[in-house]
Amino acid sequence: MHGVEGYIYPNELELQWSVLIVLYPYLTGLVAGAFILASLERVFKVAAVKPTYRLALLTALAFLLVAPLPLQLHLGRPERSFEMYLTPHRSSAMAMFGFVYLWYLMVVLLLEIWLEYRVEIVGWSKSARGPMRWVYKALTLGSDDIGPEARAVDDKVGWIVTVIGIPSAFLLHGYVGFIFGSVKANAWWSTPLMPIVFLFSAMVSGIAAVLLLYMAAMKVKRRPIDMRCADTIAKYLFYVFLIDFSLEMLDLVHRIYEADESFRTLDFMVQTRLYVSQVVIQILLGTCLPLAILAATQIFRIGEAARRALYATAAVLTLAGIFAMRWNVVIGGQLFSKSYLGYTTYKLEFATREGLLPALALMILPFAILWVLVKLLPPWPEKQAILEPSDATIAGVKG
Amino acid sequence: MTISRRDLLSQSGKLLILAPVAAVPAPPRRASEDAAAGYDPSRHRWAMAIDIDKCIGCGNCVRACEQENDVPAGFFRTWIERYQVSGADQEHPKVESPDGGRNGFPPSSNSNAKEFYVPKICNQCSESPCVQVCPVGATFDSPDGVVLVDQSYCLGCRYCVHACPYGCRYIHPGRHTVDKCTFCYHRITRGLTTACCEACPTGARALADLKDPRDPIHEFLRVNKVHVLKPHMATRAKVFYASLDGAVR
Repeated sequence: MHGVEGYIYPNELELQWSVLIVLYPYLTGLVAGAFILASLERVFKVAAVKPTYRLALLTALAFLLVAPLPLQLHLGRPERSFEMYLTPHRSSAMAMFGFVYLWYLMVVLLLEIWLEYRVEIVGWSKSARGPMRWVYKALTLGSDDIGPEARAVDDKVGWIVTVIGIPSAFLLHGYVGFIFGSVKANAWWSTPLMPIVFLFSAMVSGIAAVLLLYMAAMKVKRRPIDMRCADTIAKYLFYVFLIDFSLEMLDLVHRIYEADESFRTLDFMVQTRLYVSQVVIQILLGTCLPLAILAATQIFRIGEAARRALYATAAVLTLAGIFAMRWNVVIGGQLFSKSYLGYTTYKLEFATREGLLPALALMILPFAILWVLVKLLPPWPEKQAILEPSDATIAGVKG
Repeated sequence: MTISRRDLLSQSGKLLILAPVAAVPAPPRRASEDAAAGYDPSRHRWAMAIDIDKCIGCGNCVRACEQENDVPAGFFRTWIERYQVSGADQEHPKVESPDGGRNGFPPSSNSNAKEFYVPKICNQCSESPCVQVCPVGATFDSPDGVVLVDQSYCLGCRYCVHACPYGCRYIHPGRHTVDKCTFCYHRITRGLTTACCEACPTGARALADLKDPRDPIHEFLRVNKVHVLKPHMATRAKVFYASLDGAVR
């Protein structure tokens, strides 16, 4: 049979999960990572990353809104997907994920963004013209008290939401890892390290994405990049990446040393079918190279312009590497037979329901949503309000 | 109307807490709409006995299953594998299953190897990973020990296909929902045997009722060295093999 090597069970000829399922952990990972970066400022008082706080929240929301779409598109009977919420099967990791997702979207992200922007939204609802005025009016949700007491409460509740949000973000992506890691029939997935590896790789990808988006946004807006902010984010990216890489290496070393019945099969797969995506893209280009770049920026004195270029390069490589990691988990886990006697091949189609084209569309969609969100809820004060944004806004409201 | 922020947060909080509570766990599925009227599932515990030494790899069972259950081409509710094991090399048996073994097998190429046929079928596990992972409970354990799928409820998410260690599930290309062996539930609840067992010319397969004290399964389990596939998966499989070689996966 074409693309098959050795013996696979007859029903294994068809790969079950396509590139869309690769996108799903990638998108949720970006959400969790971006939120955790935002929490650095809010909870851990890392003032240096403040310029990215709102951007990180909006990025998380944009990606979270798109995250379920690849799943929906992939289902054989998408019209029944809501049954997962109405009659969930409690022993199913996938069923429970729906509730984790909703919790994160409704309780954490939307609430935190609303509280963060509320004062400004009330201001815009009075100062904006045309249909935008009604949009902002709707966004106030009927709550237009922005007195000092109300703002203090907003701040306090926002802090509590962020504190709840950190374990929720951990839960969101750790749970995605659990969906794979708990499949005991699949030796490539089945490891208790999977949730924790997913979690740290999520943080890595989310931090890299926000760093890149921040630098790109500043370039578009022709504003200077706050290098203290970029340096701090790069430092955190480096540390989290080190932990992530160590965990992945721990998994690898453990598999090699233990060498259980699946080892020869998986080893052969990594050295053949997954060589480019795993060894070259994920490990060498997507992990070792960005780690080396980030380490260099920590060790050597490098000029600002060069640092900016290095950060951008490291972030792009990191995002490619984490995508490759998701690919290797999802697709790699299906390339070998559960008989451990053979291998199959994944053929990425183009303009089909689960092909490259919808995958690209789903990858672009969060950026389109983010663009709208940034227009609707600007993360940075406009030039005339840079000095004292909140006072200026309130003055506008009162006026 | 002006809603205070306190009211808004409080109402939203209540809604969020109540929403998951309102979601009911997956309702118990019907044993099967194909079950015969008057059939009492509590009086049966279905299993299967397979004697490797008796299987000749003719493919009758595969064809009978195909016809009985309208199995789409290229997918299999049951199939046969031919194993060729050379010497002590249990790690690298040569295994074939051309078209699921439905048309039998070509003459053997290695006369020095130990050769035997292994019929495969859903193991109707008592601790089924497929039942565990189904997000809506569309795959379920019937009270008589058969793992069934409610086709009107399955989402086609394919999680169960991954969870099955034996490769027994597939997505039906017409229905876009999961499909698998049901032990011919529509037949066995009417007192018949499965299509594959009926078609087997050598009696290599036999449907068994573990709750029936007169069923030959008890003798089969007593006199044979019996194994299940992949026992380390701890699925408590109910397809019992006599003379199963250690090389079989």
